[in-house]
Amino acid sequence: MIDKNTPRKADIRILDGNHAAAQGAKLSRIQVVAAYPITPQTPVTEALSEFVEGGELKAQYIAVEGEHSALAVCTSASMVGARTFTATSSHGLAYMHEMLHWTAGARLPVVLACVNRAIGAPWNILNDQQDSISQRDTGWIQIYARNNQEILDSVIQAYRIAETVYVPVMVCYDGYVLSHTEMPVAVPSQEEVDRFLPPYKPHTILDPANPKNYNLVTLANPRVNTEGVLCHGYMELRYLLQEALQNSRETIAKVGREFGEQFGRHYSGMFWEDRLDDADIVIVAMGSLATEAIVAADMLRKEGHKVGVLGLRVFRPFPKSDLVKALKKSRLIVVFDKNISYGSEGATCSEIKSALYGTDVNAVIRDFVVGLGGRDVKARELADAAKRSLPSLKEGVLNTEYPEWICDI
Amino acid sequence: MKINALNLTEKEYLLPGNRTCPGCALSLAYRHILKALEGQAVVTVPASCLTVLHGMYPVTSVEVPCVNTPFASTAASATGLVAGLKALDRKGLTVVAIAGDGGTHDIGIQALSGAAERQTDFIYICYDNEGYMNTGNQRSSSTPLGAISGTTPILGKQQSQKDMTAIMEAHGIPYVATANASYPLDLYEKIRGAMLIQGTRFIHVFTPCPPGWRFPFNDTVRIGELAVQTGWVVLYEVEHAVFRLSSASKSIAQRGNLRPVREYLAEQGRFQNITEKQINELQERVNARWQRCLARTPDL
Repeated sequence: MIDKNTPRKADIRILDGNHAAAQGAKLSRIQVVAAYPITPQTPVTEALSEFVEGGELKAQYIAVEGEHSALAVCTSASMVGARTFTATSSHGLAYMHEMLHWTAGARLPVVLACVNRAIGAPWNILNDQQDSISQRDTGWIQIYARNNQEILDSVIQAYRIAETVYVPVMVCYDGYVLSHTEMPVAVPSQEEVDRFLPPYKPHTILDPANPKNYNLVTLANPRVNTEGVLCHGYMELRYLLQEALQNSRETIAKVGREFGEQFGRHYSGMFWEDRLDDADIVIVAMGSLATEAIVAADMLRKEGHKVGVLGLRVFRPFPKSDLVKALKKSRLIVVFDKNISYGSEGATCSEIKSALYGTDVNAVIRDFVVGLGGRDVKARELADAAKRSLPSLKEGVLNTEYPEWICDI
Repeated sequence: MKINALNLTEKEYLLPGNRTCPGCALSLAYRHILKALEGQAVVTVPASCLTVLHGMYPVTSVEVPCVNTPFASTAASATGLVAGLKALDRKGLTVVAIAGDGGTHDIGIQALSGAAERQTDFIYICYDNEGYMNTGNQRSSSTPLGAISGTTPILGKQQSQKDMTAIMEAHGIPYVATANASYPLDLYEKIRGAMLIQGTRFIHVFTPCPPGWRFPFNDTVRIGELAVQTGWVVLYEVEHAVFRLSSASKSIAQRGNLRPVREYLAEQGRFQNITEKQINELQERVNARWQRCLARTPDL
């Protein structure tokens, strides 16, 4: 899905999602890569090793012994002042969990590509978004790509965002659906990316002449230092991380806008809108599922329904106020989640309900859990689910306690 | 120039007034480690007694750049520091990882083994107080047979210690050494020697723990000495596969015999319930290691 405005300078290549991510990282002039192989992320690590060994990329490639170490390497290298990158999936991301908190808590602008995959037990190597959604509370910005072009573009933007707000960024894309599917991708020149992405300026100093001790035990309350200056307590530091994520929306939008101005592919929004202007039925989905939802909307439009699609791009920070504006005219919101918060509902649905509470959007909301463990999601199924939800409009039942699952039970 | 108490640098990198327990061997060892490094280092530290020593934000007791890192990731953090410094072409700083025995023998062994196999250029120092002392003395894989701890409260530990230095030597790294807080100049010299070598260097530092081992806090140095005199600890280094006994262990090998391990055990409350069978087992273990060390030292 190449924008018509793509500048001619760009080199159009046929890339799968993993190679698009690797190209994005390379063009961002990453200096330290640490990664551990896991399906379906492995080709990212192989591509980057090839760039490094072949001399195309001047970086330290650390073939670590596990994902926990992969992120620990990136975090410490980032403290020194190096631009760092890692990629993982599923169990690998779960294994990083402790370090995900640490990286965000230490306010280090690490960028991680998460190739979305189901989590066991039982073993499953195919796509859903349970892995990254399970890490939503670690303090990382989460961006989801719809196609391979967005993967490449989002990795480059991720560094600008992360290094502006000092919050790590996770670029998520669907395993196999994108990671192993080839598409035309406009690969910008190094010079152009250099113009867009200035070098990383660390907020940490590791210098014997000015010795500092980072991330010491920190008490809940503020405490004075040796000069008598009152310094933040743990809780103030946590607030600052929350504030950084809240405010990062502006940076994400600005970076996206400037990217569009320079490269001709526009990313100013936190989500994608398709025919929302006259839609009273809105399908919400995230990642590649949003593309499938457009096909479902086409089908429903043909049948006379006024259907639009809202494709979430940024899940953290969650774009509450923007979303309320975009959903203003909607009467029925059909949410498809490739994840489940067991005992509750899909994460996207919860977020939308939370965003709409107390606003004048009184839409019926229906949640469908789909596509877990790589279960095929057909546009027809999405369209049917939307149609099944129509009677609730007449009944006026706004909410259901639990989601409906599109599977054979 | 041979280092002694008179010509040792007066500059202190570990400031007085830190939060360790009275008689802490770690603070004694750490003081000399930092002196040897002359501050030209970046230190990475996991959760451990050393975290307590370092103090609480915004006040710290050390004058050396330091990075705290989660428990399992000490050697990975060091790897990141090395990679970052290399990527930025910053020279002249030694990356030093310092972790306890829990952080080394147990939760950190994977990252350490990985870093050593990748020939990462850093010094890893394990200060071994033979248990999870920061959390109040629970058994680790370095807690000795027969020792009472919070998680071996009645019977004492039923298994032997893991020989971490031997495990690290088996990685084929260019330098491994044992040291002991009661022999700070030997420790100092081993750090200085290690600084001249490239690649992964592992130094095991024996650090007696008065509250955990249950001995009076003014006996720390004596307990450490007794450990060497009984062969509980053997001071040695292996540089590029060449084995050398050092300091007091070398003198003992040259001049005399080891004292019975029983004497060392009797000084510590943690061994109050140890059985005769266990004492014999420990003595045999000590004898076997000592013979191995002597066999590796043909000309004393």
